[in-house]
Amino acid sequence: MKQNRNWLELVVESLIRATGYSAILFVALIFVFLLREGLPVFVEVRPGDLLGARWYPIESHYGLLPLVGGSLVVTLGAALIAMPFGLATAIFIAEIAPRWAREVLKPLVEVLGGLPSVVLGFLGMITVAPLVRLTLNTPTGLTAFTGSVLLAGMAIPTLVSVAEDALDAVPKSYRDAALALGATKWQTIWRVTLPAARSGVLTAVMLGIGRAIGETMTVMMVTGNAARIPDGLGALFMPVRTMTATIAAEMGEVANGSSHYHVLFTIGIVLFLISFIVNLTASTVVFQQKKRSQRLLS
Amino acid sequence: MVNLALAWAEAYGGARPDVRLSVTGGGSGTGIAALINGTVDIANASRAIKKEEREQAQANGIEPVEFVVARDAIAVIVHPENPIQQLTLQQLSAIYSGQIANWRDVGGQDRPIVLLSRETNSGTHVYFLENVLRLGNSKDKTLFSPDTLLMPSSEGIGAEVRQNPNAIGYDGLGYVTPDMKTIAVSAGEGQPHVLPTIATVNDESYPIARDLYMYTRGEPAGAVKAYLDWVFSAEAQQIVAELGFVPVK
Repeated sequence: MKQNRNWLELVVESLIRATGYSAILFVALIFVFLLREGLPVFVEVRPGDLLGARWYPIESHYGLLPLVGGSLVVTLGAALIAMPFGLATAIFIAEIAPRWAREVLKPLVEVLGGLPSVVLGFLGMITVAPLVRLTLNTPTGLTAFTGSVLLAGMAIPTLVSVAEDALDAVPKSYRDAALALGATKWQTIWRVTLPAARSGVLTAVMLGIGRAIGETMTVMMVTGNAARIPDGLGALFMPVRTMTATIAAEMGEVANGSSHYHVLFTIGIVLFLISFIVNLTASTVVFQQKKRSQRLLS
Repeated sequence: MVNLALAWAEAYGGARPDVRLSVTGGGSGTGIAALINGTVDIANASRAIKKEEREQAQANGIEPVEFVVARDAIAVIVHPENPIQQLTLQQLSAIYSGQIANWRDVGGQDRPIVLLSRETNSGTHVYFLENVLRLGNSKDKTLFSPDTLLMPSSEGIGAEVRQNPNAIGYDGLGYVTPDMKTIAVSAGEGQPHVLPTIATVNDESYPIARDLYMYTRGEPAGAVKAYLDWVFSAEAQQIVAELGFVPVK
């Protein structure tokens, strides 16, 4: 009997271990595949051409700079919009709203997060883009800014949901202690609760940005897809072409094994590296903060 | 043109289970090469057969017979409030290559021009590049301005043209709706400006139009002849119109 249970435990344990390691294996396999399909580019196209300013693949102009720049502008714009709105919403739901409002708000925000991106893109194309053109007086409403606004709308639910959980997990005794020392509600939130939930809040922001940089459909529909290098602040209000939209728009019709096909995979590698770096930075910061808070608490 | 060939094959094959039609894409050159090698009965092409290709085929004992099965016209569209009525091909080339960036320079209001185009993988994009931007000169290396917005769909172009008075776009005649304004185009200074309609496309007075061809190995006979007769029938030409091309009958 005892023997039997041990055996069962061993099976379950190794199964769990296998699923755990399989995640690493899948990421590694994806990366190997990307490398296999993307690396031939460095033989077919001169590396200098990849750093060119012109993306026009059907005439062999493979400059990646406009695409990388486009993705960065849209993502940074989205982060700048999503962070204040998302954090403020999370703080309101976790700390200020009465119980009933909280029970309505949180599920509502999470439903918003489930909106399919193509629906959001369509909405953006028909309503947000004309609004941007008329209010900001830009030549067209299909700009990086329009994309940023919609991506922020997509990132906010994720951000709010995770940040709210982190704020909620801060022990009540922290707030009680702060209030007992005579701190106002705002001081308690800003100086005690938010710093205590820092790592969770940071994870929330990173998850939100991660959602923004990989998003394709919405961006393809509202940013105009003009491959020009963003120059300065004004570029936020000009059309851009992102890496994700380029892959999505061109992969369907490209000849398998051509230089153009390999370049699209190279864009995939760049995208993979960027999100890898974002995640790595986030987890290092979170990890360091954990150690520090553990030290403080012990 | 592969869409049209597929739609035809589907409609024809669906009604006649005894005929087997298979359609392969790859571009006009691929189709004509397959005809020369004798591996296909019909080659679809969106350009006319070249002299060398015809000679190659004759050397293989095949006489390609040409049929114009449909036409493809590209309409230039703007917002209904745009006062511009007409443009020449040269003006369109200058606009799309970025040399003219304000409507004022072609006689319109003082507004920036927002260029709309289909994605580079669309046949319409390539046709427009070769025949409008480069004016049919194969040595010309003019490219679309980098500020050109590349829209993933016809609907994307339509939505922007409908709501943005700065915009100019182009698309197959079949995608033009009454809430956009179609520009009359002339082949050059002093030539008449013509609006794209089925009539002006068929009498070849509208300059941005091309024929879509089918080539057969010798005079068609048997199943191939039956299929070609059907292609010119009202039913098949109705499919042409549905796909945004111009029927020949």
